[in-house]
Amino acid sequence: MTNERPIRVLIAKPGLDGHDRGAKVVARALRDAGMEVIYTGIRQTPQMIAEAALQEDAQVVGLSILSGAHLELFPRVVEELRQRGVDDVLLFAGGIIPKEDITKVQEIGFQGVFGPGTNTNDIIEFVKSHAPVRA
Amino acid sequence: MAQQTALSAPELVDRIVAGERRALARAISLVEADTPTGREVQAALYPRTGHAQTIGITGSAGAGKSTLVGALAREERKRGRTVGIVAVDPSSPFSHGAILGDRIRMQDLTSDGGVFLRSMASRGNLGGLSETATGVIDVMDAAGFDVVIVETVGAGQDEVEVATAAGTTVLITNPGGGDEIQSMKAGLMEVAQILVVNKADLAGSDTAVTQLKALLAIADLGAWTPPILKATAKTGEGIPELVDAIDRHQEHLHSSEHAEDERRALSRKQIVALARASLHRQALEVAHGSGALDDLVSAVAARRRDPRSAAESLLEAVKREWAASE
Repeated sequence: MTNERPIRVLIAKPGLDGHDRGAKVVARALRDAGMEVIYTGIRQTPQMIAEAALQEDAQVVGLSILSGAHLELFPRVVEELRQRGVDDVLLFAGGIIPKEDITKVQEIGFQGVFGPGTNTNDIIEFVKSHAPVRA
Repeated sequence: MAQQTALSAPELVDRIVAGERRALARAISLVEADTPTGREVQAALYPRTGHAQTIGITGSAGAGKSTLVGALAREERKRGRTVGIVAVDPSSPFSHGAILGDRIRMQDLTSDGGVFLRSMASRGNLGGLSETATGVIDVMDAAGFDVVIVETVGAGQDEVEVATAAGTTVLITNPGGGDEIQSMKAGLMEVAQILVVNKADLAGSDTAVTQLKALLAIADLGAWTPPILKATAKTGEGIPELVDAIDRHQEHLHSSEHAEDERRALSRKQIVALARASLHRQALEVAHGSGALDDLVSAVAARRRDPRSAAESLLEAVKREWAASE
């Protein structure tokens, strides 16, 4: 009966759009799946997201964005994480990301991209099967 | 840098002492999960603790604790002190998951290199929350922060214990936040060294102060009389006064002739609690491993036996297993 460690997930909203309903739905679904979800709120800069991921020792970072600035902000989040030596986290994204951008977002390092209408169970499964195991 | 996941305890300790935040974050996870490496790190760092002012902030849900902790941290930063924060939120009793939202009220602090904020879920582990949180506080203390703040909901013994393990415990209440019997019920008055009526811009804050004064008048106070302060954390009103009061109490702690006694009492409590949790875990491991529990469960479920005598039998079975394994 050693303590089984819950997966720690940081959910953040980069950029200036203020609607976080989707982010909250995902946060809640992951909690109900037994994960510890750190929710940072809206209007986060890439620096804030990376620093929060570091301090919280999150294994997974999920970003929700509706503003269309994903190709601007996502690479900067990845860069800020890298600068801090946080390079073993699973990244996924949600919100409004046009089909033609999905491959680009994946190339930036976001393994999962979940648009509107995604079944939260798919996200849970994705996180559970891809989250890095911590020693 | 995948090898970072596998840093040894001495490596982690060196990096924490050198101020590496990533190592600190990782070590906190290990302490929280009570892994062998986590224990080794704790043991190695413990002699370095004792530098930080430790402050416990507690109060009912919605009292404004997170906002107040944020304001407190900002004021401490103004005074040139570095700040570590441990914000404890409850785990869901159903899924064991948690939503940890304290960062929302402290967003600006994330960009401050002199602040380290860690959210922690209560995880409902066997009476171990207080010990785990204390372990995390110790790690932050050893990492060199001048002030370490721990924030918990003031409901339930475990959560209250976390706040009281700190040197100075601050209780946050609100105007109209229930009558004095509510505070007495929770036993919170007895554990706090500073009382704060937060959201003092709302009507009824003077009444709240009067009620708290009346409660204190009948309390069994020691050498320290808890000051009652008014604050509006959202605007920062009253926060410098709170920091002053905390400083005064910390001075009192160190100058008090009972300081040594209090440290001993706290140490005793910690050792006993950790031993109890460990005993609990080990006994249950044996109990689950043997078939004894299942048989007893059947007997009690069928009402052939009562739960208490079944528990005694289970304990006897555990003792026999232990004796046999020696």
